[in-house]
Amino acid sequence: MIPAPHLMGTVEGAGMILQVLGVSKRFGGLQALSKVTIDLPAGQILGLIGPNGAGKTTLFNVINGVYRPEEGRVMFRGRNVTGLRTYHLAHMGMARTHQIVQPLNELTVRENAMVGACFGGERHGLRAAGQIADEVLEFVGLAPRRDQMAGSLNVAQKKRLELARALSSRPQLLLLDEVLAGLNQPEITAMVQTVAEIRRRGVTIIMIEHVMHAVMNVSDRVVVLDYGEQIAEGTPEEVSRHPQVIEAYLGDPRLAERLAGTAG
Amino acid sequence: MLETILASSVDGLLLGFVYGLAAMGLALIWGVMNVINLAHGPIIALGMFGVYYAFTGLGLHPYLALPIVALLGLAFGVVIYGVAVHRVLNAPHLSTLLATFAVNMIIIGIATAAFTTTPRNVDFSLGSVSVGRVTLLWSRVAAALATVVVTGLLYLFLYRTRPGKHIRAVTDNRAAAELMGIASYRTLALSFGLGTMLAAVAGGLIATLFPVNILSGGGYELKSFVISVLGGLGNPLGALIGGLILGMLEGIIPVFMPPTWVPVLEFGLFVVILLVRPTGLLGSRR
Amino acid sequence: MNIWRRPSFWMILVGTAALGGYPLITGSASTREVFFTVLMSVALASSLNILLGYTGYVSFGHIVFFGLGGYVGFYLISAQGLSLYPSLLAGGLASAALAFLLGKAILRLRGAYFALATIGVNEAARGFVNNFDPFGGPIGMSLQFQVYNEYGGAVEALWTVYRILILLTLSVLLVSFLVRWSRFGLSLMAIRENEDAAEVMGVVAPNAKTWAYVLSAVFPGMIGVLFFFKNGNVEPGDAFRLHLSIEMIVMVMLGGQGTVLGPLLGAAGYQRLRGLLLVSPVFKNIQLAVAGALLLMIILFVPAGVVGWLRRRVPRLRRVLE
Repeated sequence: MIPAPHLMGTVEGAGMILQVLGVSKRFGGLQALSKVTIDLPAGQILGLIGPNGAGKTTLFNVINGVYRPEEGRVMFRGRNVTGLRTYHLAHMGMARTHQIVQPLNELTVRENAMVGACFGGERHGLRAAGQIADEVLEFVGLAPRRDQMAGSLNVAQKKRLELARALSSRPQLLLLDEVLAGLNQPEITAMVQTVAEIRRRGVTIIMIEHVMHAVMNVSDRVVVLDYGEQIAEGTPEEVSRHPQVIEAYLGDPRLAERLAGTAG
Repeated sequence: MLETILASSVDGLLLGFVYGLAAMGLALIWGVMNVINLAHGPIIALGMFGVYYAFTGLGLHPYLALPIVALLGLAFGVVIYGVAVHRVLNAPHLSTLLATFAVNMIIIGIATAAFTTTPRNVDFSLGSVSVGRVTLLWSRVAAALATVVVTGLLYLFLYRTRPGKHIRAVTDNRAAAELMGIASYRTLALSFGLGTMLAAVAGGLIATLFPVNILSGGGYELKSFVISVLGGLGNPLGALIGGLILGMLEGIIPVFMPPTWVPVLEFGLFVVILLVRPTGLLGSRR
Repeated sequence: MNIWRRPSFWMILVGTAALGGYPLITGSASTREVFFTVLMSVALASSLNILLGYTGYVSFGHIVFFGLGGYVGFYLISAQGLSLYPSLLAGGLASAALAFLLGKAILRLRGAYFALATIGVNEAARGFVNNFDPFGGPIGMSLQFQVYNEYGGAVEALWTVYRILILLTLSVLLVSFLVRWSRFGLSLMAIRENEDAAEVMGVVAPNAKTWAYVLSAVFPGMIGVLFFFKNGNVEPGDAFRLHLSIEMIVMVMLGGQGTVLGPLLGAAGYQRLRGLLLVSPVFKNIQLAVAGALLLMIILFVPAGVVGWLRRRVPRLRRVLE
């Protein structure tokens, strides 16, 4: 796929592919995000964890252009992208998967993958897009099903398609929203390997995950959200020992144990 | 001039009550199940015919015929729901729009053949009364009063009876209501039937005011769209108020420009509101 | 473009040309009239399909383009003495312009709201034309009989009009194919399936939708000019009939939305059915009711239409049934 991107941004964001600066978002009476601030260097895998309802997907939505924050800015590749539409961000090299998969049902798997190649950052024509789609489908293991209707896939396959669609635009930043949810253990292992391989090919990744051992294993750094606030940030090891983090997850003693145990 | 405006606005206002009643049925169904009932117009027309035949055929006073028309409207709505709507309730919007429109076509097709399109008149007059320099037709006043009564009954039903509360629950949050077993077939069918009932009653009242014609329902259906969007789709009280506003506009505009401009302004307004505030002036959460 | 390699392309185009050419061969005026109605329906349905079938936006008031384009073209012919051909283009352009402006405004509405808005637009247009004196107000406009002399007399003019219609219909089908198998078409179908997801992947939905709307409006505009020219007159009641819009939707749904063959079959089938009904004394009056019942059956049981259903049942025919 693509080689490591040229990432010289502005002085402010030198080397940072993404900067979330003091982002806040409210919905009516609910403060979904409070002054979240993250610096993400290119080529990293950032884990984004926190209890349900902590605001993780909301943060993705703000970064991705679905929502406009009331406060704060988002800088992507050195440019202020706050409030830009999702397609603008796609053109700039950002791609994303969704927690609830959204396949284009009445199109084939291959056509689904081609959309990203045609309309993402690289704007290919149909034939080139088809080749890229084939490559990507091979990568995620859906090649045999290329001519199947997307709506007829099972959940795990739809998740792979979701990933394929995001990859076919050959993004520089990939936002993965619970890409491991609903998978069994062997599937999880395979997916984690895939994610690691994606990073190896030069894509920066943010992963929202609940499957703790997986995300702690593969992330370089982790950010923890709780009720919209950033309560911790650091290496997986640091974060798993952080008292506030353990407390936030206290409802699940096994989980707290696992966190307190190790990051491996 | 002021006199004319006053007279026209009062006239329009009274008529607006009936418009509002008609729109209420549409707004109710939309609010409960997110379906825009495109068979709304023909049902209004059937209500008109119901009163007409009760009056000319059975010699029944129009206002006495209203409850009968109401019950028939309710029953008919329940049937339409079961046959055409229930199956496609969760399908994409297009399906319910087309399904109800198909019912529209079926009703108009059969009714045109049965009744022809000659306008009929319910020959019935209550005379008029003069208040100051404004002359009011009693029949319009009566229609407005009847609307208020029906609205009152509707709210009583929605707030004081169990089925009514179920209906409100579904309107508020369909998913939750489903989980609690409230959004049953019965509740939904009843809601649809209520909507058509209101339409039929409105038609019956219109028959006391204007000549009756199977195709005139279409005009009221279009007005109902405009009103529902004005007052907020899903909000029956908003529909009433929207009706009053529309009625007044219809009364006042012809004073200032040829009446043929009324439809242009009505639909222009309609499109503008859809663009600017689709939740309507009194907006529901949708 | 790889549409040239698709068997369905040649089959549909050649088939339509052959069918359209049939009255030309027999020289029968009555056959021509029947085929005129059918071809017109095919062209209108296929145009609507670009918006409805490919992009997934339901336009209940699509007839407004037929009416407005028709009015503009007719005005140019009758009041300004322009020839038919430039007037045809003008009608198409007028409709395209209207679609462009309208699109910018109402395409951001979704689902039912968009459908309602299209109805509102159609009604407003009719009301407006009703009051617009240059277009003849409520009475409309009519053509002096002498106008037909420029085209070799009334009888010959009718044949010319028919030939133009064949060309227009083939053009619509060609455009339909081109869109379906193009990058643009892929963006439309992505929008249809899930507009938000499509935007996340980079599809600039507002622009794509607007162009789809414009494309779907051009041909109805031209056909409107042709139709009213043939009839010799136009009035607001004729030009903006909501009922015709709905028939267009029925035809697209009956045949199968989102395919090229679907609207074609749907239109032909619907017109055939109508023809049969109109002849029978029993069904003549309830023709509308029968159409309604048909639509209801389709919606409830076969929402993918005839072509859609066939494609599912007989996968082998998929290469042909496009």
